[in-house]
Amino acid sequence: MLQALEGSQAVAQAVALCRPQVIAAYPITPQTHIVESISKLVADGKLQCEFVSVESEFSAASVVLGAAIAGSRAYTATSSQGILLMAEVLFNIAGMRVPLVMTCANRAISSPLSIWNDQQDSMSVRDAGWIQLYCADNQEAVDTTIQAYRIAERTELPVMVCMDGFILTHTLEGIDVPTQKQVDSFLPPYQFARQLDPRNPLTLGTLVSPDFYPEARHSHHQALLNAQAEIVSADQDWFALTGRKSGGLLTIEGPEQATVAILTIGSVLGTLRAALEELPPGQPVKLIKLRSFRPFPKETLKAACKGLKDLIVLEKAFSPGSGGIVGLEALAAVAELPQPPRVHNFAAGLGGRDIPLDILPRLLAVLEEPDNNRFRIIDVDLEKLPLADR
Amino acid sequence: MTTKIITAISELRKKQPRFRGLESGHRACLGCGEALAARLVIEATGPDVLVANATGCLEIFTTPWPESAWRVPWIHSLFENTGAVAAGMESALKAQGKSTKVLAFGGDGGTFDIGFQALSGMLERGHNVLYVCFDNEAYMNTGIQRSSSTPHAAMTTTSPPGKERMGKRHLKKDIVSIVAAHHIPYAATASVSYPSDIRKKVRRALAIDGPTFLQIHCPCPLGWGHEGDESITVARLAVQTGLFPLIELERGGLASAMPIRHIRPVTEYLQMQQRFRHLFTDEARAKEELEHIQAIADHNIEIYGLRGECKDAFDSEGMDTVRRGGMRWA
Repeated sequence: MLQALEGSQAVAQAVALCRPQVIAAYPITPQTHIVESISKLVADGKLQCEFVSVESEFSAASVVLGAAIAGSRAYTATSSQGILLMAEVLFNIAGMRVPLVMTCANRAISSPLSIWNDQQDSMSVRDAGWIQLYCADNQEAVDTTIQAYRIAERTELPVMVCMDGFILTHTLEGIDVPTQKQVDSFLPPYQFARQLDPRNPLTLGTLVSPDFYPEARHSHHQALLNAQAEIVSADQDWFALTGRKSGGLLTIEGPEQATVAILTIGSVLGTLRAALEELPPGQPVKLIKLRSFRPFPKETLKAACKGLKDLIVLEKAFSPGSGGIVGLEALAAVAELPQPPRVHNFAAGLGGRDIPLDILPRLLAVLEEPDNNRFRIIDVDLEKLPLADR
Repeated sequence: MTTKIITAISELRKKQPRFRGLESGHRACLGCGEALAARLVIEATGPDVLVANATGCLEIFTTPWPESAWRVPWIHSLFENTGAVAAGMESALKAQGKSTKVLAFGGDGGTFDIGFQALSGMLERGHNVLYVCFDNEAYMNTGIQRSSSTPHAAMTTTSPPGKERMGKRHLKKDIVSIVAAHHIPYAATASVSYPSDIRKKVRRALAIDGPTFLQIHCPCPLGWGHEGDESITVARLAVQTGLFPLIELERGGLASAMPIRHIRPVTEYLQMQQRFRHLFTDEARAKEELEHIQAIADHNIEIYGLRGECKDAFDSEGMDTVRRGGMRWA
């Protein structure tokens, strides 16, 4: 049954359906509505769990780590500065191979201070060893949250569900909230093989000499690569159960014969979809939406890019001093094709700048420019800058 | 019928079995106060515990993969999050309806300094955790750097004495008072030189459903600069001089203090340790620092009332009660 729900409320309900036993979070815009909604569910007795109102995001991540290790399904959520404060714990959780789910309500990073959306926060911890799934809309955020628990617990890898702050978290949409019965049949009770238990005492988080460290890193890398199969199967099983897909590793839409594709990540897909409808006929463009950024689905992306002449990568974060993040990885992937497309990489929508429908003709126009493979922030207004910075 | 008199210590130990949660064979230095204190704590808690351990010597010397000296479930996450990890473990056990006690172990660096926020949060939220701080008064794991627990005038590698300095310029942070100010049910100090007192305080903390805190003074022979076989003597002198008062605080108020039978001058404690050797020169500033440290001890003796009141010193409520199991002055 469709309900009109704000993205944050919808995610809170999805989390509750997964029957977490411990939730720890610290408020930060734009994640706040998620934890507020969960607090209310707990206060109203609709969700039986230990809700730990911690004193920082650092402790939020640490509390859920402790809870998962002690045998409880746990949940946290954050944004922006919060994710940076958590960074050390995020690496630790992943390195210890602890199954956890966290929502990242994507927001820009200070300085300059911005509470609005881009994806610099989750991109900055892309090497933490977490699975990162990016949602295009709120229904995907709901479904992905539930799938994330199954993926995490089967792979013993933490999963970060990324949804654009405000654009998704604060937007009311019609959401099909699954039933408890559906979720229970999809998600078995939490089990963790290395659970701390006095009857079977284990030592976790030990010191490792150079004799073992590379092996630990290797198996972590391997586990992430192998997680692709779990991400796909979770989505397939979810489809069989609910009739809804969340986009597996990536999705392709648009005319098959198109030789131009735009690769995006997150909610900007909706804008591009709408823009595509307004495009004059005769200019076929495909849209590729990357859902799984970690693991990076190299082979699937290569297959999706076969036959393309131009691949435009549009993202909401970049690596200062280098360029696009998704763009660079896509470039590396398609370079393995016998006839690789040209890759054009742009950032847009940084710090919450609106991405209007005319983004699409602007992107396509770049293909005609001489230096069309130079990374740039496409919606930057150079007039606002001193000459030296342009 | 004759009674066999047991003389070998190993035989005696068999007659007095205790739960060993921290096994021998780990890699601590000779005379390590922290290793002994940790063993005593786990002996007193028994096996039905989960331990969260901060980064530090204790973590390093007990768990070089693939070896572990622990016989209790144990996790090391990071340096500064032990209070929060323990809080998460406790929340999970609560959600599962289990009564297993959660212990958090940290050194003075992980407790007084970098992990202070997580500890404060854990205390404020009332988690049922016993937090044990093994206080050896500096960052020993990284090679003896000053912490906020390092006593005034002590030499460390980041508070060296020189022409302009006489060791650490600042005072030792009064962590137990700060912890007690959270109005938690129980906070106490102990010394590794009084084992049965540690056991008693651990048992007491375990019986409480709520956050409890124990600060155990543990000499570090390497960092303090004394022989390994002098650890107990040095630790005892810290108590006997009044520099490390053994106290218990309940709901923020002083509940008891262990009286000192023979109060010793601080110089007896200081001169055993290389970290204070710059105080034993003819310089006026050295004498001034010694007087300063004596004044700190005198102040402790005064505010905690550490002077034994009993007439018979040897039968007072003093140190020797420990030999009787530490039950007298509770």
